[in-house]
Order: sequence, then structure tokens, then C-alpha cells
Amino acid sequence: MIQPMKRRSTTVDRFLDRWLPQTVVSPLFAMSLFFVYGFIVWTVYISFTRSSVLPSYALDGFSQYVRLWVTPRWYVALANLFIFSSLFIISCTVIGILLAILLDQRIRIEGAIRTIYLYPMALSFIVTGTAWKWILNPGLGIEHLMQQLGYENFHFDWLVNPDMAIYTIVIAGVWQSSGYAMALFLAGLRSVDDEVLKAAAIDGAGPIRTYVSIILPMMRPVFMSTFIILAHLAIKSFDLVMALTGGGPGYATDMPATFMYSFAFQRSELGTAAASAVMMLVTILAIIVPYLYSELREKNR
Amino acid sequence: MSAQAVAGIVRAGGMRQRVLRVLLFAVLCLFCLYYLAPLFVMITTSLKPLAEIRSGSLISLPKQVTFDAWGKAWSTACVGVRCNGLKPYVLNSVIMVVPAVLISTFLGAINGYALTKWRFRGADTIFAMMLFGAFIPFQVVLLPMARVLGVLGLAGSVYGLILVHTVYGLAFTTLFFRNFFIGVSDGIIRAAMIDGAGFFGIFFRIVVPMAPPAIVVTVIWQFTQIWNDFLFGIAFTVGDSNPVTVALNNVVNTSTGVKEYNVDMAAAIIAAIPTLLIYLVAGRYFVRGLAAGAVKG
Repeated sequence: MIQPMKRRSTTVDRFLDRWLPQTVVSPLFAMSLFFVYGFIVWTVYISFTRSSVLPSYALDGFSQYVRLWVTPRWYVALANLFIFSSLFIISCTVIGILLAILLDQRIRIEGAIRTIYLYPMALSFIVTGTAWKWILNPGLGIEHLMQQLGYENFHFDWLVNPDMAIYTIVIAGVWQSSGYAMALFLAGLRSVDDEVLKAAAIDGAGPIRTYVSIILPMMRPVFMSTFIILAHLAIKSFDLVMALTGGGPGYATDMPATFMYSFAFQRSELGTAAASAVMMLVTILAIIVPYLYSELREKNR
Repeated sequence: MSAQAVAGIVRAGGMRQRVLRVLLFAVLCLFCLYYLAPLFVMITTSLKPLAEIRSGSLISLPKQVTFDAWGKAWSTACVGVRCNGLKPYVLNSVIMVVPAVLISTFLGAINGYALTKWRFRGADTIFAMMLFGAFIPFQVVLLPMARVLGVLGLAGSVYGLILVHTVYGLAFTTLFFRNFFIGVSDGIIRAAMIDGAGFFGIFFRIVVPMAPPAIVVTVIWQFTQIWNDFLFGIAFTVGDSNPVTVALNNVVNTSTGVKEYNVDMAAAIIAAIPTLLIYLVAGRYFVRGLAAGAVKG
């Protein structure tokens, strides 16, 4: 073989090699600057104007935020977000950690069981919502089933009951996402060092004690990241609400995401919609930024 | 492989152990039922005639299996005012998802490669800034995106959605590939450079052939995300250009005439089949994507 590909001598080639990576990355970076940062700036700006059907660019101070915070529907959305996300996060975490521990006991058909627990994550929330809408159907769903089983007085009208409808969203959401929490916890359990377990066994700690006082405390980072992921899902939840209740009855199951959509695309109140979107962004940042910060600090240590 | 080993050392065998084992299996199976029940109800409901749905039980097997509801959901069910079934909307989703997945995966691969293997000044900052796009609630970009799509003449079309999904998928695809390429030894790359290979030569002849696992994970993740997307679909498309998730929601919420639950269920299953199939065939990679896509960098 006579020197295969030695032709990198001209200054043009050198220049190209030096700058090609940057040249490739820059348009992608520019895209992100425009579509993410530019758009956020635009939305924030619009939230400080009097825009309604069309955007107007004359600044109007905090008037849209004032409007947002005197709108009763916004409080319904916030209350729902609070109810939904706390129940959703707690239920998913409890089910997830329980299933992960049970699955960690050297189950022979673990793979198959895991596949069953996790398949809802492959579904669209719209599919999940459609399925649960049918199961929870007041006339023909669970209510009907229980009455056929002999519980004549069983009533289950949560789907159309303004006070209870939000809990149906919790039910469907937990069904879809608890398997995901299980997978995250299981991965955490698997990464616990076997030496630690042997040491615990030699010290005479039983399995329950080993979990409660040794393994679970070691998994604090996994709990943290699972919490972040679930909170993120909860704040962004839009599809499930739309499919299950459409935000109704009335606006009883509105959440910030559906509130924003409704104000932006149905009521054409761009300013208020932008203000609500900014509130969502701030909420997510308030959760994500401290988390990323602590992650980075941990890595640098 | 953990606590059982411990438990085994502490109290091996015995009656108590066997009872616990049975209990463990019972609980696990109960949860299997919990996760499978809605799917079971969907399938059986979709195969029953409407009369049997009204008179029968939610959890009974169909007495007479009929595929009428499936036919109707596919080709004649009413989505809003049009009654062509889900077929055209499934096609919309395919037209949207294929290019969006391919483009965003390719761009993510080359971006992740450039950011890890040609570490120029500022590469980490650029990555961190781009990654931010994966965390934002998309509500914050809906309004300006609607205007930009309008300006580009892509408002209300499937092609607009290709752009949207490519742009907002880039943060994830870059993340996946960056994490993968970080583990690829720099030595191979340096050797190729000494041999005179350039940026693209190394990418196509060395890096891409090493990357199938990352490619599979990314493609599956992107496919699932984009196929299942509802927010962008409902915000940026109208009527005929709706993706299947939006059409499904319209089928279910079309209030004219008799409510046909069997058609609703068949439609839901049709919308779910592509991602379910991928999950069953390549679940391993799907789970890996879930773990990597989980906020962590």
C-alpha cells in the first residue's frame, strides 16, 4: 500500500477541517435559538401587551397577568393541577417502587411481566383517555358492571360529576405512567452494589429492613429524578384531559395546559394565553433548574 | 439479583418462604390484570355488536364476534363532519412521522457527533442550550409557531407538522447521540484523522456504522413521540390534515347520532397499533429511550 489518503495539505482543506464542525452545528444551534429562545421571548413579550385576536406590540405592563389572576377559571386550572400532580406523583411513586421491589426478587418471567407493566407508555394519551372514558362511562362502564354483579345501588358518575371528574384523570394517568416509574426504580435497584447487600446480610438485617433502611435511602437520586419526570408530565398534561373530559364538565377539569390552549385557539385572547404559558414555563423552570444545578454540582465533585 | 440473595442467605427455603413466594406472584399477577384490563376491554368491546354492548357486561367476551366496528372505524366513521373513517388520517400521520423521524434522527446524529468528537470551544454550552428545548412546556411556543407556519404557508398542513416535530425533536435526538458518542473511544477517530479522513468521512464510514444501537433507540423514541403527539396536531392542523390522534379524539367526541362505543374502541386500537407493535418488537430499545429521554443529561 502506498500512502492511501494523504492529501490534506492545502490551506483550504485545513481551513475546512478546522471549521467544518462549527459550520455543521451552527445552523442547528441557530434553529434552536430561533424556535426555542426566540419564541419564548416572543411569548413573554406578547404577555406584556394587550394582544387579543391579533398580536399587538404596544407594551401594556402586567395587565394580562392581572387579568389571568382574577380569572376564576385560572384558579380552577391551578387547583386541578395541584390535585392531579400530587395524587399522580404519589400514586405512581408508590406503585412504581412496590412493583420494582417485587420484580427484583428473581422472578423467572420478569421480562414478560415488565413488558406488561410498561406497555401503556407506548400508547398515546388520547388512546388511554378513550379507553378509560369508556370504562368509566356512567351508564355502561364500571357502574353497569357492578350493578350486574349485584351491587344495585353502586353509582360511579365521576366522569360527569364536576367535583370528581379530575380524579378520573388521575386514574387514567396513573394507569399509563406507573409502569414507567417502576422501570426507573428497577434500574435504580439494579445499580445498588451487591457488596452492600452482602454486608447487610452478614449484619443480620432481614429483607424488609435491608430495603427500608439501606437500599431505599441509597436510591435518593432515583427518587429525585422520578419526581422530576412525573412532575414534568403532570404540568404538561393536556392530551389526557382533552381525551377524557375535554376539560369539562364546564371547565371543571381544566388544567393550565388546556386553559392556555382554550384561550389561545378558541377564545383568541392571545395576551392572556401567553401569560398563562409563561406561568407554566416558570413552574417547570422552578422544578428543573435546581435539579440540573444539583446534578451538575454532584458531577463536578 | 439483590435482596433475594440476601433473603436466601438469611432464611433459605422453608414453608414461610414458599408462602411468601406464592403471595409475591399473586400480587404481580394482580397488577398484570390491572394493566391489561383496559386493553382487554378495548379489544372485546370493539368486537361486539352495539346491542350486545348495551345489554352485556363490560368484561364479558363477545358472544358473536364481528369486525363491523373495525371496518367502520377504518373507512366510514365520522370525524367531525366528514365520514371517511380513520384511513386518511392514518396516512397523514405516516406522511408526517416518516420524514420527521428520519430528518431529526440524522440531524441529531451529526450534531451529537460534532459536539463530542470535534470538541470546539463552546461545544458544551451549545449542547446545554439546545438541551433546554427538551424541557420547555410547548405551550410557550404554540403562538409564535402558529404565526411562523402561517408566514411559511405551512399553516394547517401536515408538512408544517414535519417542521415542528423536527425542530422540537432535535433536543432529544442530539441528547441520545451525544450520550452514545461520548462512550466511543476518541482513539479511533484520531487514527482516522491521521489517515486523512475528514469530518464527513469519519462520520459516514466510522461513526455511523458503530451507532446502530443509538439510531434504533432514537428512531423508536422519535416515532413514538411524534405518532402519539396531540398538542401540535390539534394546534397546527385543521380537518383534512389532522394526524390520527386528533382524528381519534374527534371520532370519540362526535356527538351526532348514536354513540358507537365499539367503533370508538376499534379506532383507538387502530391509532395505537403502530407504537404498540414497535414496543412489542423492540421493547428493549424503547425502555432504553425512556431511561435516556428522562430529563437526565
